Amino acid sequence: MNVLSHFVEAFSSGRIRVLDLTQTLAPEFPSISLPPEMGQAWPFRIEEVSRYDERGPAWYWNNFSCGEHTGTHFDAPIHWVSGKDLPQNATDSIPPERFIGPACVIDCSKEAAKDADFLLTKPFVLEWEKKHGRIPPKAWVLMRTDWSKRHDPVAYQNYDDEGQHTPGPDVEAVKFLVAERDVLGFGTESIGTDAGQAYHLRPPYPCHYYMHGAGRYGLQCLTNLDQLPPTGAVVIAAPLKIRNGSGSPLRVLALVHE
Amino acid sequence: MQRPKRKNPVLRTRLPTLPPAARSRVALGLTAAAALGRFELQQCRDCGTVQYPPREACQKCLSVRLDWKAQANGGELVAQTVLHHSNDLFFRERLPWRLGLVRLDCGPTVVAHLHAAVQAKVRVRAMLDRAGQAVIVALPEKENDDMAEDRQLREFTCDPRNRKVLVTDGKTALGQALVKTFAHAGAEIIWVGYAEPWKKFTGFEELEKIAQVTLVPLDVTDSKNVKELAAEIAGKVDIVVNNAEHHRTFGISNRQGVDTARAEMDVNYFGFLRLAQEFGPAMRSRGADGAASAVAWVNVLSIYALANFPPHGTFSASKAAAHSLAQCLRAEMRPAGVRVVNAFPGPIEDEWNQLLPPPKIAPAALARAIVAGLRDGVEDLYPGDVAQEWLARWRDNPKALEREISA
Repeated sequence: MNVLSHFVEAFSSGRIRVLDLTQTLAPEFPSISLPPEMGQAWPFRIEEVSRYDERGPAWYWNNFSCGEHTGTHFDAPIHWVSGKDLPQNATDSIPPERFIGPACVIDCSKEAAKDADFLLTKPFVLEWEKKHGRIPPKAWVLMRTDWSKRHDPVAYQNYDDEGQHTPGPDVEAVKFLVAERDVLGFGTESIGTDAGQAYHLRPPYPCHYYMHGAGRYGLQCLTNLDQLPPTGAVVIAAPLKIRNGSGSPLRVLALVHE
Repeated sequence: MQRPKRKNPVLRTRLPTLPPAARSRVALGLTAAAALGRFELQQCRDCGTVQYPPREACQKCLSVRLDWKAQANGGELVAQTVLHHSNDLFFRERLPWRLGLVRLDCGPTVVAHLHAAVQAKVRVRAMLDRAGQAVIVALPEKENDDMAEDRQLREFTCDPRNRKVLVTDGKTALGQALVKTFAHAGAEIIWVGYAEPWKKFTGFEELEKIAQVTLVPLDVTDSKNVKELAAEIAGKVDIVVNNAEHHRTFGISNRQGVDTARAEMDVNYFGFLRLAQEFGPAMRSRGADGAASAVAWVNVLSIYALANFPPHGTFSASKAAAHSLAQCLRAEMRPAGVRVVNAFPGPIEDEWNQLLPPPKIAPAALARAIVAGLRDGVEDLYPGDVAQEWLARWRDNPKALEREISA
């Protein structure tokens, strides 16, 4: 038996569980909001083509439209100016082996519940490593905040007069994960890999800036992170093969050993 | 006016019927003026005679040089009658009906529908009836508070009193002014749409405090949302006011790509189309549903729908598209007697017109003009100085206006 046949056997005998880390694509799901004078990502929209009716008697289908950064989505390095000139930096050119990787899940749910602006710091990551071991190279680091449990779009977006208040990593944590842990990418439950107030960090949006600047990826609007073990899960996250795409909505799956 | 009794739900809803709608082409001159709230009659350029009904030639000197001109609206009631029988389906259902002959100060004697409070001295108005055609209505010489509640007059107006209104966007200053004006005008229920609920807007709490208001999530770019809201309330809405608008200030060459233009079309044109497809059919079925029937659909367009204002070029184009679609909706709603009212304001005092010099119409003034337009029974509204001036210039010479505003 080779590794794959072991895998198939484990899979069919139920020893590997498949978890869906994806939010449902629906028009109600909030979209990224920029100042109104700027260009905007299209929210997810869907129009019926036919539904067993005069428009198509035996079939049902829809047209949908959305931006590359809609719903649960993948950020490619080319998304950010810091990653614009890297090789293999777009959805069609990223090597496909990068779409599968181990996941380290850092539980920040208690901290995020207390402070919507909670920033994940390097000491917090080191503390996590004391309990769960060193983050291996080419791993997804997923920041669990339980933000996905905020089903009301208003609470999920969490805006006030000074903008959005959602948790994310701080500058040092991102630099550490890239330079010293060689991560594959960083994933969050909120609408960005960066915190809601990250525009005011130096540099602005550090997770985008450093992750993409180093050819790493982002996942956002993830869900069900509370059902993942801190280590040991494998994430499958393959974006659509959009030519020179900066990202894409995608189905994110996690394989968990029972 | 007392709130009308609730409808008896076991009785069949009366189907809409229309008053006689046939007019000659020349007679449509009266309709064209009435659509704007104006009272115009044919006047002979050679002998000065004012005539009614409209004809191809002057009844006095046979000149064909006839102009539609604004006329003084005073007159004297010379005869009156009350119809107790009619073979016309529309009037049969509305008997008794009071009619009279009015000798106008400007010359001709006209047949007019009579307001209940009319006495010897009257003023007349050309109003659109449920068929969308102009008729002459005689009103009491002096305005009084409950004049609008006259049973016959209400057949020509779209008065919001005791009616149920949907304002499609409550987030803007105009939307909030509309809600307040409709509340003040006695609307029974006002549903107020708001898109993207996570983007806070000022005035939300104030809207919530108005007793008639129910806030409803509504994003006109989301077909499913529009369909679901229509499923919930379209059978009750009497007046739709579509003020949802996307406005950016670009022409063709000062903005890359089509995203902004597309967003404008998606709200200003397709949003309107989605609303019309989902709310239109239910409103058409209620065109004669008692004293508070479905009566009107209001579009907030723009004077730029008539001629493109290049600094806001793609916005102008989206409003021109909406204007064209409004003409389609008007034709489709007319058999039900539901009036489509288009408002063509000049620049509104809001953030997207920040760099335009005054005069700009205040949101509250535009809201008042819309409600007044519904009460007066007009079809096309050009509220404010800028809109009036552009309308005059456009009517005089559309090509000249095109050159002037693109200069």
